[in-house]
Amino acid sequence: MAIESPKRFLLKRRPLLERLSDKGFKHFCLLMAASVSIILFSIFIVVFFQSIESFSRYGLRFLLTSAWNPVKDEYGAFTAIYGTLVTSIASLIIAVPLGVGTAIFITENFIPARLRELIGLMVELLAAIPSVVLGLWAIFVMEPFIRPLLRILYVFFGWTPFFSTEPSGAGMAPAILILVVMILPIITSISRDALNQVPKKLREAAYGIGATRWSSIFNIILPAAISGITGGILLALGRAMGETMAVTMIIGNSNNFSWSILSPGYTISAMLANQFGEADGSQVSSLMYAAFVLMILTLVVNIFAQWIVKKLSLKYN
Amino acid sequence: MTNLFLKEKLKFKPSSRRNLNDFSLTLLSAIFAIIAVLPLVFVLFYVVLKGGAQINWEVLLLEPEPPGDDLISAGGIGPAIVGTLIITSIASLISIPIGIGGGIYLAEYSKGGLFARFVRFGTNVLSGIPSIIAGVFIYAVVVSTKILFGSMFSGIAGGMSLSILMLPSVIKTTDEGLKLVPDELRQGALGIGASMFTTIIRVTLPTAFRAIVTGIVLGLARAAGETAPLIFTALFSRYYITGFGDLFYEMGSLSVLIYNFALEPYEAQNQLAWAASFFLVILLLAINVISRFLSKISSR
Repeated sequence: MAIESPKRFLLKRRPLLERLSDKGFKHFCLLMAASVSIILFSIFIVVFFQSIESFSRYGLRFLLTSAWNPVKDEYGAFTAIYGTLVTSIASLIIAVPLGVGTAIFITENFIPARLRELIGLMVELLAAIPSVVLGLWAIFVMEPFIRPLLRILYVFFGWTPFFSTEPSGAGMAPAILILVVMILPIITSISRDALNQVPKKLREAAYGIGATRWSSIFNIILPAAISGITGGILLALGRAMGETMAVTMIIGNSNNFSWSILSPGYTISAMLANQFGEADGSQVSSLMYAAFVLMILTLVVNIFAQWIVKKLSLKYN
Repeated sequence: MTNLFLKEKLKFKPSSRRNLNDFSLTLLSAIFAIIAVLPLVFVLFYVVLKGGAQINWEVLLLEPEPPGDDLISAGGIGPAIVGTLIITSIASLISIPIGIGGGIYLAEYSKGGLFARFVRFGTNVLSGIPSIIAGVFIYAVVVSTKILFGSMFSGIAGGMSLSILMLPSVIKTTDEGLKLVPDELRQGALGIGASMFTTIIRVTLPTAFRAIVTGIVLGLARAAGETAPLIFTALFSRYYITGFGDLFYEMGSLSVLIYNFALEPYEAQNQLAWAASFFLVILLLAINVISRFLSKISSR
């Protein structure tokens, strides 16, 4: 009997079942990994093919006109594209200094570590609030609160095209502010990680030759972390472009084109959210065309973000 | 004679220009940090103020009333809570096996070749795709083709669109969690004759288990709050599901309830939207805080 058990260890090959499960598991994992690319490709292919009808009818004119008339079958997405670009870029302009500034503040030792962790946690928890709740808050709390401030903008800067209409409830300006709230956590947490990864030696060297804290932040630490920060900013831009619910609820959903950010507007994602459910015929195809444009925009931004992170990242050993 | 080379004293002078500069920049960054924290405080304050006060068993259990029917009470959010749980469960059932399998392939089997790099790249791209696009895609593939046994809008379609959003985060956390497992463990297991399968199932996966679970739970919490992919896949329903077959019909969810009722002109519906927001926000924040806390404890 004692000879029985060592026999198992003298096998030249594994038992059939073990070999099969080993192979099978490997192929299962391979299949699952491949399915990611399959899903990604099929999203592109489906949206592209559904938009072909509209693409062949309107061509690139679709991007530059702002007619949206399902009765006459006239479609153009200029208002929505303008709204998407303006809201996302304007929100980025506000959120970048705020986010990077906050990240610097909580990676330096101005206040006790406990407090810094708390601020970091609170900013990250902001990202956990669903966008539809932020939209609800924007409608009933934020927008009535900021309307007088927007009116001041109108009174003083009404002569520029960007503030040329009187604020009246929902519009692009509150949408921009709610986007700031949504992308701030992304910028802050990615910048914070990037700043934390800068080696201590650099800072010590800067202090050693007599640099003040902020001159070493601006000249040494920020440049060293720039790849991560830029990547985070671009990711935030992509998120801002595709953000749907909060924006849909507060932007006013108007397809009448206006340069002014105080007037109601549209974004591509808001247009999809509003109209896709009850669209039919050529409207579906036109919406798919708009969706395709949105996808290309976010794709370009995201790929650029990944490329920047790889290209700019300094290597320390 | 001693100060021959030093024109200024080396003592710290708070009033010098560089120090004033430094101080004002510190102040500015502190102000920025305060501004960054304010939105969370304000949103939570109003959600608790407007929603928390209404929470009682009736609101949690009743079905919502159709807008305009009853101007005083809008019913409750019961079916929406159940719907959110079902839809996110469907999303997890789809995305967790695919995501963990894909993550295992990337971390354990691939040797950093072209395919693995492409899958990692694709995962990043997929995580950057706007959530509404996932809804559009599922609408085109599942809803409009009626591929699911002739049903159009359904809880299953909603779960499928959420699974697309969850998938990248599951793959990433699995991949990164497994990469943190020390190679000695793998070598040890393989060295005593275990197969790859046994090594992964019995050694590496259990070691990385907590990191992976935390990541999945955080992804799940994000998916549970998503609205955009659901508004034209799962649509909305005011009724409790009564059986398995109801999965193939329209299904309500908390997030879509908030969206629909926030835009209603009736006060009662708006109030219910606040109540649903309170429930959803508290649920998601609790999940977030607890899973972060647990992963922090286990990493010590």
